Amino acid sequence: MIAQEDELKALMVRSLAGDGAAYAELLRKLQTHLRAYYLRRLGRAADAEDLLQETLIAMHTRRATYDPSRPFTAWVHAIARYKMIDYFRRTKRRAEDPLDDPDILFGSEDANAAEAQLDVERLLHKLPVKTQKLIRDVKIEGLSTAEAAAKHGLSESAVKVGVHRGLKTLAGQVGDDT
Amino acid sequence: MKTDDLISALSTDLEPAPKHAVGQRLLLALGAGIVVSSLMMWLWLGPRPDMMPAMATPMFWMKFIYALSIAAFGFGLIDRLARPGGQGGVWRTLLVLPLAFMIIMALYRYGQAPPENHMAMLLGSSWTVCARNIAILSLPIFAALFWGLRELAPTRLTAAGATAGVLAGAVGTFIYAFHCTESAAPFVAIWYTLGMAAMGVLGAILGRFLLRW
Repeated sequence: MIAQEDELKALMVRSLAGDGAAYAELLRKLQTHLRAYYLRRLGRAADAEDLLQETLIAMHTRRATYDPSRPFTAWVHAIARYKMIDYFRRTKRRAEDPLDDPDILFGSEDANAAEAQLDVERLLHKLPVKTQKLIRDVKIEGLSTAEAAAKHGLSESAVKVGVHRGLKTLAGQVGDDT
Repeated sequence: MKTDDLISALSTDLEPAPKHAVGQRLLLALGAGIVVSSLMMWLWLGPRPDMMPAMATPMFWMKFIYALSIAAFGFGLIDRLARPGGQGGVWRTLLVLPLAFMIIMALYRYGQAPPENHMAMLLGSSWTVCARNIAILSLPIFAALFWGLRELAPTRLTAAGATAGVLAGAVGTFIYAFHCTESAAPFVAIWYTLGMAAMGVLGAILGRFLLRW
């Protein structure tokens, strides 16, 4: 059985009874699993996020189809997998993962993302402070080059060059680490 | 929209989910279909004129029991398949039992009968229209069940569509049996079954397209 089954199922049972707080907690826990699951299969973060939101909405509107006498993780996995196959059908790509089961969905989570973030922070600290700030603003916070240029009083091309050099150094560091 | 905002929006003012929503929805669809289909049978074909004497014969009841048992097991199966990840389990096996029983009975009766009766047992007087009429009477039920399933969440669309088709076919057969005067087991085993099977095939084909959500 999936390790999180009892915990998630308890939250779902309370959610079905109308407990909004339990439901919010449940959805937040599920989104980390779903994001990692879709990201690994779709590759593109924006597509994975769209599909994640679509799945959460589908789960919400059809939550009454969950039968509490059956495993909750299997119910979530069936929806997640169905939505992914549906996505591939719409975009004319084929699902490449025939050996898909609930363990895969619940074996991975975004806690890995938290770890990855720690790694990034550690690496960033090896760069000059100015470059650190640029990379943080452009690549992590998602500012445009123009916005970052205005913020730091630099030209756009200086921002681009700074980010590019910084990333190159980081890439070199990662290569050294492994 | 950010995913965190979506989660807040979904969990604010959360309504309790109705219990037994799947079964209720399917029963509602089935009920609506049965009303339309019964009216069709009454106005278009009419009930058999010899209803009273026929009720004294076992074959009169056999036809209803055959259709009703397939409908009941089909309903159990569709109640499973209408949910994400739903497996057929024991219902799929149960669904085969009435068919097996009917075939055995048909073979036995056929074997017992004198050869000159064989053609009549197989074709009766209505073999050209029986399966077609069953399919036509099943269509309103079929449409209602598909409408019901679209609000639910089947993840195996072909299986769910086929099951909805067989269920619609079985209920349509039950209604048709009020009109049909045939009484030979081989006839029922062939033509009634063919009508239901045709609906199952139709459901399997359409399920992939019409049941997406």
